[in-house]
Amino acid sequence: MKEFNNRNIGQISYIKVSETQFPTTPWGEFKQVFKRSIKGELLGGLKITFIMMKEALFNKQMHTVQYPAEKLPIGPRYRAVHKLLALLESGQDRCIGCCLCEKICIADCIRMDTKVDENSRKEVLDFSINFGRCIFCGYCAEVCPELAIVHGERYENASEQRAHFVLKDDMLTPLDKLKAQVEYEGFGAVSPDADERVKKTPLLY
Amino acid sequence: MEAIIIETIIKVMIVLGVFSALAGFTTYIERKVLAFMQRRLGPMNVGPYGLLQVLADGIKLFTKEDVIPSNAVKPIFMIAPIITAATAFIAMSAIPFFPEFELFGYTVRPIIADINVGVLFVMGVASVGLYGPLLAGMSSSNKWGLLGGARTAIQLLSYEVVSGLALLAPLMLVGSLSLIDLNNYQNDGIFSWMVFTQPLAFLLFVIAGFAETNRTPFDLLEHEAELVAGYATEYSGMRWGMFFIGEYANLFTICFLISLIFLGGFNAWGFIPGGLAIILKVMCLIFFFLWTRASWPHIRPDQLMWLCWKVLMPLAVLNILVTGFVVMIGL
Repeated sequence: MKEFNNRNIGQISYIKVSETQFPTTPWGEFKQVFKRSIKGELLGGLKITFIMMKEALFNKQMHTVQYPAEKLPIGPRYRAVHKLLALLESGQDRCIGCCLCEKICIADCIRMDTKVDENSRKEVLDFSINFGRCIFCGYCAEVCPELAIVHGERYENASEQRAHFVLKDDMLTPLDKLKAQVEYEGFGAVSPDADERVKKTPLLY
Repeated sequence: MEAIIIETIIKVMIVLGVFSALAGFTTYIERKVLAFMQRRLGPMNVGPYGLLQVLADGIKLFTKEDVIPSNAVKPIFMIAPIITAATAFIAMSAIPFFPEFELFGYTVRPIIADINVGVLFVMGVASVGLYGPLLAGMSSSNKWGLLGGARTAIQLLSYEVVSGLALLAPLMLVGSLSLIDLNNYQNDGIFSWMVFTQPLAFLLFVIAGFAETNRTPFDLLEHEAELVAGYATEYSGMRWGMFFIGEYANLFTICFLISLIFLGGFNAWGFIPGGLAIILKVMCLIFFFLWTRASWPHIRPDQLMWLCWKVLMPLAVLNILVTGFVVMIGL
């Protein structure tokens, strides 16, 4: 613990060269030059780069990721463009129109219109997130009671027009890809130990 | 007479074509080798494994606007890159690239002009080539360019002494300035190579070669970290490209010189025929030049002068002295 508390980081691992090591006489200077010339430290530098090349070419130590073709995995808590999930059985939106996300959104970029339909359920008429304003804070995914709005893994969100940033159809899982929809593990999802953490409502006793 | 003229013109065309193309291709090799040594992939997207990157760069260079700054000395600014490129190719005219071979019953000697002062001619023309960066830096009315030009002058004065004195010792042993004689002197198997009789001269000449081709440890002229792009700061398009082609052509000249004078030249090497042997040697040397670029740091101009005048020149003189005594006693 002591080494973590020491804040003078710069003074720890440096080797201090004392002034007395510098040669003072011309003969001393000559000896130093001669010693350094014989030492072959330049060859040591060549060796390092050669080993690097060998490791990169034959030992799969290449660092380059060829980006559009290969992508690095993103962290599960990364907050990229939102996804709206659907119910697997019926293919309907999971959204129950509670408008909590609209209320909690601190950038004021979520907008939804709802009405009560003939089955006296709430129906979502219009839903949009303005990604031009969204700050990707993740509150909407966290507050959603139905896991309907989550953060996906699409982080490449460039477009030519601002209007492209509000389309709901791009965010909703398309119906033909419903089978491929995976329950979201990332930001705003139910925690893995959620079942153990369920408590009885205090009002009951 | 006409046959010789036609033959010479054909040889000139081949040397120009091959080495311009090789200069471009060497940029690709350089970028790849540097990338591998830094565990990157290098150019990958243009063509298979980025092979057509050279072509893309060439198209870019040829179609770019040729900007001439308004304060520049226009005629000198325009002619400076031509000096670099032209002298680099003129220096190649006295280099025997391959052994003699027969083509359709006609003996071809792959040297444009077999002059009896070959080494002197090549070294002289290669040093004239340093007028390119010097004039470019001084005429482009740019502080970085001016500093680059000044560094050209000190670099030329420093390494030229070393390379000349280093070459003197092998020349004393051979007794001829012709590169073909120098090559034929080493035709007695690997142990007759000059590098074994003159190891110090070899080392000194390689170091001077680095300075002559402006390769990395002595990359003072266009040291990116200090001098934006040195003498080439104001250049763009094909004029800049000509500096580049000249630099890489110089690299090939020096590699051919080193392998001809010190590494046995185009003598057959065991089962390897002479033509292949010299190509292998030149390729290894060029790899060594790229390898050092990936490994070693630049040095300061005063360190270059210190190295050349205070370390390498005394060593070269000492080498000449010892060689002279050996030659005297041997006689």
